[in-house]
Order: sequence, then C-alpha cells, then structure tokens
Amino acid sequence: MVQPSGAVLVAAENGPELPSIRDFLPDPILFQGTPFAINRIIFVRLLAMVIILLVLGITASRAKLIPSRWQGAVEWVLDFVRDSVVYQVMGELRGRRYVPMITTIFLTVLVFNLCGVIPGMNIAATATITMPLVFALWTLAQYLVTGIREQGLWPYLKQELFPAGVPWPLYIILTPIQFLELLVIKPVSLTIRLFANMVAGHLLVAVSLAFAQYYIIVVSNKWLALAGVSWFGLGFALTAFEMFVAALQAYIFAILSTVYINQSFPEED
Amino acid sequence: MDIITLAEVTGSISVLGYGLAAVGPGIGLGIVVGKTLESMARQPEMASKLQTVMFIGLALIEVLGLLGFVSLFVV
Repeated sequence: MVQPSGAVLVAAENGPELPSIRDFLPDPILFQGTPFAINRIIFVRLLAMVIILLVLGITASRAKLIPSRWQGAVEWVLDFVRDSVVYQVMGELRGRRYVPMITTIFLTVLVFNLCGVIPGMNIAATATITMPLVFALWTLAQYLVTGIREQGLWPYLKQELFPAGVPWPLYIILTPIQFLELLVIKPVSLTIRLFANMVAGHLLVAVSLAFAQYYIIVVSNKWLALAGVSWFGLGFALTAFEMFVAALQAYIFAILSTVYINQSFPEED
Repeated sequence: MDIITLAEVTGSISVLGYGLAAVGPGIGLGIVVGKTLESMARQPEMASKLQTVMFIGLALIEVLGLLGFVSLFVV
C-alpha cells in the first residue's frame, strides 16, 4: 500500500531481512562431517517425531472404554482418516490393510507441516524435498506391490500400460505416457505438491513479517509504521492460512496415496 | 539507456514466468470448484463424495502451478 520513497530507503541503509532459499539449507549443528550431520530442519523432524510418539503412546496407554475429552479428540482424527479417507475411496474390504499406512502418512505429514507455524521451530519439517520424497516412494512401492499381488505382474502392467477400450494405434502414444505416469509422474507430483506448498508458505509468512519488522523497527517514520502494522496483520492472517494449508496438504497427500493404491486393484466390470 | 532499449527489467525474470504459470491452473481450479458447487447444489446428498473427488482434482491441477513455483528456484 505505502511505497517506501528512495530517501527513506537510503536513510535506513539496510533493507528488510527477506527470506531466501538459504532458509531451507541450514548449516549442520551436530555431528558435522559425518553422514549423520543434523541441521535445524532434521532436528525439527526428530522433535516432531518424538511429539507424535509421545502423544499417541500416552493416549493409547491410558485409553479407556469411556473416552476422556482428549482421547475423544485423538480418536476423532484416527476415525477421520479411516472413514473419510481410506474407506470412502477403497471401501472397507480393500481398505482395512492400508489404514495403518495412510494414518501414519497423514499424521506425520500433518504434524511436520504444522511445525512451520509453531514459534521456535518456524520451519515446516516437510519443506525440504527429502521428506515428501520418502512418503512418495513409500506410496510408489505400495501401489506397485499391491498391483502385482492382486493381479500378477503381467495383467497389472497390461491394465496400466494398455488400457482396455482404446483403438490400438493410440497405444503408440498412450503407452509411454502411462509408463511415465506410473513410475515418475505420480510420485514426483506427490513430492512437489507438498514440498512446494510448504516452501511457498514459509516464504509468504517470512516476507510479511520481515517487512513488518523493517517498517516498524528499522524505519523511524510513524506513517510508515502504519504500513508495518498492516504487514504484521497480513503475516498473522497468512499464519492462520498456513495452518489451514498444512491440514489440507496432509489430507490431499493421504487421499491421493489411497487413490493411487486403489487404482492398482483390478477394475471390476 | 540508449534509444534501442525500450523496456528494461531488473531482478529475476522468472517471477514473471511464475505469474504466467499461475494463470492456467487458476482458471482450471475455478472451473473445478464452480462445477462442484453447482453439482452439490443440485444433489446435496452427493456432497461428501463430490468433495473428495474435487480435492483429488484440485491436487492434480495445483501441481501445474507449483511446477512454475519450483522452477523459479531451480532454473
């Protein structure tokens, strides 16, 4: 809204501390030089893992027949994944085997994403490409194994690469696309969706807060401080939006994994 | 600046590329959400099923926009 004039920028000497891609490549803080070097993001991951295990473990060990309010909340999340994600897409008969996997993916992605808005952590643990890649490769392995187990290798490949009901000259174009889709596009799109969403979210929030800090504290001009306040408000709203995106991306990752696995089952007709 | 240079851009031009990359998925998302709302209004009892399918479609379209975003850093 208020554009900084050149004079103000010169007076402040240094601009706002804008975030950059360096935020996602922090220096290792423990075990430098070994393959187990731990940087800030990996530390956040370990912390988030401990939190998940503690919360679920303590809740499960104190589970009662008449649930307390907290137990009810945890069970609601687990029920949500089972009923609204897995059973709705696959049905109960097929889905039962995959409930633990999808629940693991959903909860881990959700908590890792939410680390991005927790003060002190301030970076989503899924914001480097490795973590989403692990989940995507798990999904890839699962749907390949499922297809081979349910149909056998050749019928599965035939269903995937040569879809029925297509005139045969089209297979020349269609089969390479289907092959790429099966082995590359599905896992890579899962990875990039989660990763890029988290990076974009972090950059958005960090840019607004950097401008807020710049206009309120660094620039000593009370009219520009007003702009700083509105940047701060925007940062606040974007943080809330990030929480929504974190839940949405966890849901989408879980539901797409389920859909991909479901496609490996023989098509009934 | 000489007379030949009609316009000059400083900074990363891939930002413009991302803006262009966001146009297509934006239109697509609009169509998907709009059509889903329309179908939900026509048949409210199908709402939860439509919503699931809508999210799957949204996710597939969203990747196109995010590819533009990622290429901003990669290239």
